[in-house]
Amino acid sequence: MGGCEHHQLGETSDEKGQVLLSRFSLSQSPSGSSELKMSEPTVADTRRLNSKPQDLTDAYGPPSNFLEIDVFNPQTIGVGRTRYTTYELRMRTNLPIFKMKDSCVRRRYSDFEWLKNELERDSKIVVPPLPGKALKRQLPFRGDEGIFEESFIEERRVGLEQFINKIAGHPLAQNERCLHMFLQEETIDRNYVPGKPQ
Amino acid sequence: MSFFSFGQSAEIDIVLNDAETRKKVEHKAEDGKKDKYFLFYDGETVSGKVNVTLKNAGKRLEHQGIKIEFIGQIELYYDRGNHHEFVSLVKDLARPGELTQSQTFDFEFTHVEKPYESYTGQNVKLRYFLRATISRRLNDVVKEMDIVVHTLSTYPELNSSIKMEVGIEDCLHIEFEYNKSKYHLKDVIVGKIYFLLVRIKVKHMEIDIIKRETTGTGPNVYHENETIAKYEIMDGAPVRGESIPIRLFLAGYELTPTMRDINKKFSVRYYLNLVLIDEEERRYFKQQEITLWRKGDIVRKSMSHQAAIASQRFEGSSSIESKMQAQAQAQAQAKEDGN
Repeated sequence: MGGCEHHQLGETSDEKGQVLLSRFSLSQSPSGSSELKMSEPTVADTRRLNSKPQDLTDAYGPPSNFLEIDVFNPQTIGVGRTRYTTYELRMRTNLPIFKMKDSCVRRRYSDFEWLKNELERDSKIVVPPLPGKALKRQLPFRGDEGIFEESFIEERRVGLEQFINKIAGHPLAQNERCLHMFLQEETIDRNYVPGKPQ
Repeated sequence: MSFFSFGQSAEIDIVLNDAETRKKVEHKAEDGKKDKYFLFYDGETVSGKVNVTLKNAGKRLEHQGIKIEFIGQIELYYDRGNHHEFVSLVKDLARPGELTQSQTFDFEFTHVEKPYESYTGQNVKLRYFLRATISRRLNDVVKEMDIVVHTLSTYPELNSSIKMEVGIEDCLHIEFEYNKSKYHLKDVIVGKIYFLLVRIKVKHMEIDIIKRETTGTGPNVYHENETIAKYEIMDGAPVRGESIPIRLFLAGYELTPTMRDINKKFSVRYYLNLVLIDEEERRYFKQQEITLWRKGDIVRKSMSHQAAIASQRFEGSSSIESKMQAQAQAQAQAKEDGN
């Protein structure tokens, strides 16, 4: 058996008897963290803010802003000089402010003019323009059918559809009784009392 | 400029003593052109030399005095005649007399107060400049040298987030949040928009930074709004429960610190404008003021400094033992930081 050196943990001694220090593990400071903290951040924290996870029925369900109005099926009613054209107005929506989620009415150009005037008078919104009145087409001695010309009716139909979709989606217009009456009641009562929808 | 070709005329040149070491910054002039100027902070001394060079060698220059001024002034564009000087210092360089040869004069404005930041805006300008003048009977010889002053702030103690629920009854409800109310010029705006109710057809959403420069007082107040940035944060229709993140880096835009009622003459304020646009191009918006401030450059702490801080944590210990431990800790921490 030769010289057996016994070493205690953390201590070694050389022939001179000096105690050499071995590596100590990092001790915990009283605050519980051994980090050196800078008093000011040098790089901004750009991590996203916390947010609630989205409900899956909200994420994949139908959106609550569904509103579609179709202007179609023009029909010319009457004979001779008292003829006029009406258009079918079909509205489909899931907005709670409209009483009916699916409605269908017939309207003529002058009804659209009435709606435009009511909104311009009672609300603060800038009402979009209607397709033209086409007065020239109503003069006699034209080579064509005037305001009952197919191409003209189609042009007007498109314009009226754009107009009503624009207006019906406006939050301030939705607050006017005239719009609801125009879209969802069979006849327009021109003696109605303007105001908020009931 | 002298109209008399047979007289003596002079050129003035102003040179700062620390021209080699002092930092220069870009500043936009009134016409939009950018140029570089020496940068100064509040309290710094402005010192240098005024070189007077005689144009016609041999002839004498008679004068009524030579002086140099340090001026800080506010100029309202609609009232150009009146300059509002809030700093006005003067040093006489030479008594009335005559110069027989080109001469250099030293000057020093010690620890000059520069309370406001240099600003060139749409309707108002705040500038600092040195002006050397050789007074003469018929026409003075004047030379001006503009400098730029920045005002620095430190991280505010109180910097609450901005969080609000806004909307239109039964149509659109959102909750917006911005992580701070005070941002420095190189900061990042981190926020989110949370949709509580969406009954309109949103096409996209953007956030704009608006600068409002206000000049005049009382009934003559005038606001000049400028959209500094437009940043789209969402494209498409959101539904209830969706959260849209915002991350807007300010360093890319031309911004100044918020200036409130500078010398009672003008203000420059900044607003975040959250805008939602629907399918029919209708705009729904909410404006919120934020405070912008200028941060000074941070000097990185050196290794030995970090070790010194660490060694202080071993109370009262000045032995080699604890210093070795402290340096080992600091080195371990620095390695961690570097990863």
